[in-house]
Amino acid sequence: MRYAFWPGCVALGACPELYVSTQKVAEVLGIQLEELTKASCTGSGVIQERNPELGDALNARTLAMAEQLGLPVMTICSVCTGVMNQANTRFSRHPDYLERINQFLEPEHLGYGGTVDIKHLLWILLEDYGLDRVRSFVRRPLKGIRIAPFYGCYILRPSAVLGYQAHPRRSNYLEEVIHAVGAEPVDYFGKSKCCGFPIVTMNLKNSLTMAGNHVLEAKTKGADCMVTPCPLCHLNLDAYQPEAAKIQGKRLDLPVLHLPELLCLAFGLLPQELRLNRHVVSTDPLLSRL
Amino acid sequence: MKATLKVWRYDPEVPLEPYYQTYTVDVPEYATVLDALLKARDEQDDGLSLRCSCRSAICGSCGMTINNHAQLACKLRLVDAMEGGQEVVCEPMRNMPRIKDLVVDLRPFWSYVARIEPWLVPVPPPEGREYIVPNERMQELVQVVGCIMCGCCVADCTVTSVDKSWLGPAALAKAYRFVGDPRDAHKEQRLQHYSMKGGIWDCTHCFECVQQCPKGVAPMDQIMILRRLANEAGITNNAGSRHGRAFQSSVYRSGHLNEATLPVMSLLPHIDQVLGLLPIGLRMLREGKMPPPVRKPIPGIESVRRVFRQLEDDK
Repeated sequence: MRYAFWPGCVALGACPELYVSTQKVAEVLGIQLEELTKASCTGSGVIQERNPELGDALNARTLAMAEQLGLPVMTICSVCTGVMNQANTRFSRHPDYLERINQFLEPEHLGYGGTVDIKHLLWILLEDYGLDRVRSFVRRPLKGIRIAPFYGCYILRPSAVLGYQAHPRRSNYLEEVIHAVGAEPVDYFGKSKCCGFPIVTMNLKNSLTMAGNHVLEAKTKGADCMVTPCPLCHLNLDAYQPEAAKIQGKRLDLPVLHLPELLCLAFGLLPQELRLNRHVVSTDPLLSRL
Repeated sequence: MKATLKVWRYDPEVPLEPYYQTYTVDVPEYATVLDALLKARDEQDDGLSLRCSCRSAICGSCGMTINNHAQLACKLRLVDAMEGGQEVVCEPMRNMPRIKDLVVDLRPFWSYVARIEPWLVPVPPPEGREYIVPNERMQELVQVVGCIMCGCCVADCTVTSVDKSWLGPAALAKAYRFVGDPRDAHKEQRLQHYSMKGGIWDCTHCFECVQQCPKGVAPMDQIMILRRLANEAGITNNAGSRHGRAFQSSVYRSGHLNEATLPVMSLLPHIDQVLGLLPIGLRMLREGKMPPPVRKPIPGIESVRRVFRQLEDDK
């Protein structure tokens, strides 16, 4: 299995531990990743709100590079997954528009034909690889660990551009992965809600109230940790958790794992190999129970 | 077809905590959730309160939380809500005060709409004739005029859930209806007003309103258009606009977003707010989560910049 791999800015920046654990997961599962090193940021919806065509052109450029390789794109960020799929949907619905966007790629001798699939690692695990095969690599089942899934908006909504008609169970995949690694999923209201990260610089209080509400709810429902397929959610839930806790007026101290980290721990890799020390909220209490 | 409804019950005049009541009804396959609720009320419990009128997804009265999402009960087929035989959970819309059972107080909702000056302030028509609007300009507004003010978007809005002072998706979609109307004389003042705290820059991009709107209005998309128009009108002295500009220039420079400089660039010139980030920044540095302030450009950066230059006049 081969994918054109777009790690996203955060895995290459503030969350290097996500990049490391993704590589380890691919290694264990035998998934080949061709990293798109020349690709740029997807625009994250922010460039799109300023200049929609610019955002789409940047994504068409990345998709054209994957198309040249003849590979589907693998992402490890809910925002990248959503933004690229939104662009891809516009291209497939409006071929004239894609033609116009392609003009801007011509100087680089690139052109996107609209044929590339963009899949998050989470979707790949269940749809392309198969959870049974994933399960066969579990060396350290996370028995007795209660895990709260947190999806991130862009991998869930709007469902019409994210393949939910063909794959209606996508909104339950994290729970299925949690089961597959031997742990128990915690069901709670906030799991499909917004972490608040997009407004962290515009309205810190609202942003961190959202994050804190979700962490507190997960903790109240008995979670030992959270798991997310989105590094931006990870930043708000983990890196800003001390501030979110102040707003709640409560101790939170709930570790938040990236999806590949959860898999790596179940595959029996050592925490040192995963750079779990790069988290703000200590994962030690969780690790001591494995 | 037999269906089970689990309905949130609450009566302020009865000294009981809110509770869920289960009704089993026998309805035809084609029944909507509203049909089933009305049957339960008619045959089993005439004390059950809910709002409805047109039964055709036009009046916007029967918005409620069905299986955790705000929806029109008259638009949702019961078989779809049952997802293979499950009970259908009906609760009042969230983010609004609850009056009785499934009925909520919509006054806060209308107060948001009232705050956006929800009427056309006409520019004077050309002398000697009426104002003729080009058809294509009105086509751009077709999506927003489809709003029936049902409140589903506000009910599931993640920002409203933590901040009742925010204008919210329905009011801001309505706001674009006037900003985008070529006959409106207050475009600039409106964009100024909507750019204040609690306005367009407080939307968190969660797509809940896009997902839940029963009429395809996609309020968040309209808010993003308002942001763009505010930028284009030069209304940029706010953290939201600076955030967008800093984001874009970061991608122009290195091909990537730089999380280290973005918050600082967004909050300048407010030194106090920048200093407020210091503890977070130091912690990020300590945990090895702080990317270098100047990021090494990606190998394809010249091509990325060329795309920018073609599409951004000001670069």
